[in-house]
Amino acid sequence: MVVGERGPVLSALTAAADVAAGSSYEPGRRWSRHAIAAVLVLGGVVALALSVGVAITLGPADVSLVNVRDILLNHLGLAEIPVRVSEDAIVWQERLPRALVAAACGAGLGLCGAILQSLLRNPLADPFVLGVSSGASTGAVAIGVLGLGGSALGLSGGAFVGALVAFGLVLLLARFASGGTSGVVLAGVASTQLFSALTSLVMFAFADSDEARGVMFWLLGSLEGMRWDDVALSTTVVGIGAIVCVASARTLDAFAFGEDVAASLGIPVARTRILLLVLTALLTATLVSIAGAIGFVGLVLPHAARLLFGQRHSRVIPATIVLGALFMVWVDAASRVAFAPTPLPVGVGTALVGVPVFVLLLLRRRGRA
Amino acid sequence: MTLEAQRLSWRRGGTLVVDGVTLRPEPGSTVGLLGPNGSGKSSLLRLLQGMSRPDSGTVMLDGVDLAQLHRREVARAVASVTQHADTDVDIVVRDVVRLGRTPHRSAFGGELARDERIIAEALEHVGLTAKADRLWHTLSGGERQRVHIARALAQEPRELLLDEPTNHLDIRHQLELLELVAALPVTAVVALHDLNLAAMFCDTVVVLRRGRVVAAGTPAEVLTSELIAEVYGVRAHVTCDDHSGRPTVVFRTGLPQRVAAR
Repeated sequence: MVVGERGPVLSALTAAADVAAGSSYEPGRRWSRHAIAAVLVLGGVVALALSVGVAITLGPADVSLVNVRDILLNHLGLAEIPVRVSEDAIVWQERLPRALVAAACGAGLGLCGAILQSLLRNPLADPFVLGVSSGASTGAVAIGVLGLGGSALGLSGGAFVGALVAFGLVLLLARFASGGTSGVVLAGVASTQLFSALTSLVMFAFADSDEARGVMFWLLGSLEGMRWDDVALSTTVVGIGAIVCVASARTLDAFAFGEDVAASLGIPVARTRILLLVLTALLTATLVSIAGAIGFVGLVLPHAARLLFGQRHSRVIPATIVLGALFMVWVDAASRVAFAPTPLPVGVGTALVGVPVFVLLLLRRRGRA
Repeated sequence: MTLEAQRLSWRRGGTLVVDGVTLRPEPGSTVGLLGPNGSGKSSLLRLLQGMSRPDSGTVMLDGVDLAQLHRREVARAVASVTQHADTDVDIVVRDVVRLGRTPHRSAFGGELARDERIIAEALEHVGLTAKADRLWHTLSGGERQRVHIARALAQEPRELLLDEPTNHLDIRHQLELLELVAALPVTAVVALHDLNLAAMFCDTVVVLRRGRVVAAGTPAEVLTSELIAEVYGVRAHVTCDDHSGRPTVVFRTGLPQRVAAR
């Protein structure tokens, strides 16, 4: 399937708006387009809020949507409705923070994928494919099992450092290998192998079975036990990332034909590259340190956004943010319910959806060349 | 005032690829850069665009050193079409041309209607209006080249730098494209392989060999069988076309005398 400038959803909507406007008078059309964009963004936010609300009701303990609403209103200081303490704890201390972190992870990882794919000019680029998540695992294991760096760093700190190291390594390899756009994915494969091997080595040689279980669960991506400080950290980082990316939308468009063309269009290429790559690295490292290695969200969601809304980054980026958040909230809800009361690691769910899409993309790429 | 190069030298991987080149194109003229493969045509164009910095010498835009200017300011005056600029993105022709508006945009959008008009005109110029909504990867090599030129035109440049723009084009499109470039109210610097095309469309030609300028002037002054023998190492017979008054090069088999003697 090939999609042009707008993508099917936007085409249908603008066509409807053109008819509604009754003429092709330019300024009128422009306004209606802005209106559509506003409606789409608003719709996305409402859908996200509803999804979070519904996702909270799901789980081993049933909580009705009405109760969820009451509990949220109570905590926001808008009402004082009597609710059961146990339900209040489940919703406010457990499920809501979890759903919000899921949304932030989906939005953030999608954003990272969108930036990497454009900047590195490779449709297969994403933090997971580039070995960033493997690096985080190695970092976490090194701290958690070997006790490197003492207790100050913790599992999350180790993951953060590991992710940054792996990301730097991949970019350096790709830079010096000069393999064009495929070089970076090859470097990612090498890095993934290296860090997985290191992780296995440490686990095999040093970990006891309890430690191994804990780390394994985390390696697959896990949103268990999210707290409000996790929510604050993840939403802040993703929020900053989103603002920078929306502001850089046109700049990212200019990278479509590579750095030379971008430079000739007046883009400060080196500065842009460094800014956006550092942003991606920090964003990924933070999210991985909170929720573990959640794969394929960054790969798949930007492509879904492009298929629906066309190629321009002024559309791709907001669409990726909203779709990513929606996707993760539902995958997380599904993985909580699927084998209840045993929760499935959320990374398993994302990979089960992600791998087939990855294969489709590969096939499509081959068909083109 | 326009874009000019003063005693440019550039070392790339240990080799001097541009060696003391001075270039002062007449505003509005079309300048052909000639020379065999590896003579430094593409490197010189990179320096003129400010994509790379020379080791010595300066490129001046309206009397200001290019190194002192923001890329954006340069991009509003100088547009370039490089070789092998390709993409995997599912982008339509109109959006490729729209990229040319990038240096003219402010953070808050700008004049959309004017942008659309300029994009439409650029497409009209290269004869691709009918294919404006086609996807990039469905186009032929020649069409892609013309899209890039339309993108460069949408930059509204005063200077246009083209690196072998006639590659991949059939003869009709080669002639149309160079006719278009020569007629544009911009100063164009065009790297070319085809000496006859250069003779037909360029006001002046500059011949490079191992990074140095070996000859410069009107095509009639520069394109002689002696120079072609010396620079390209081939035998050629140059006549003057009665109709246009421009030189025509006919190649002969065998090596020229001086090369054969070496």
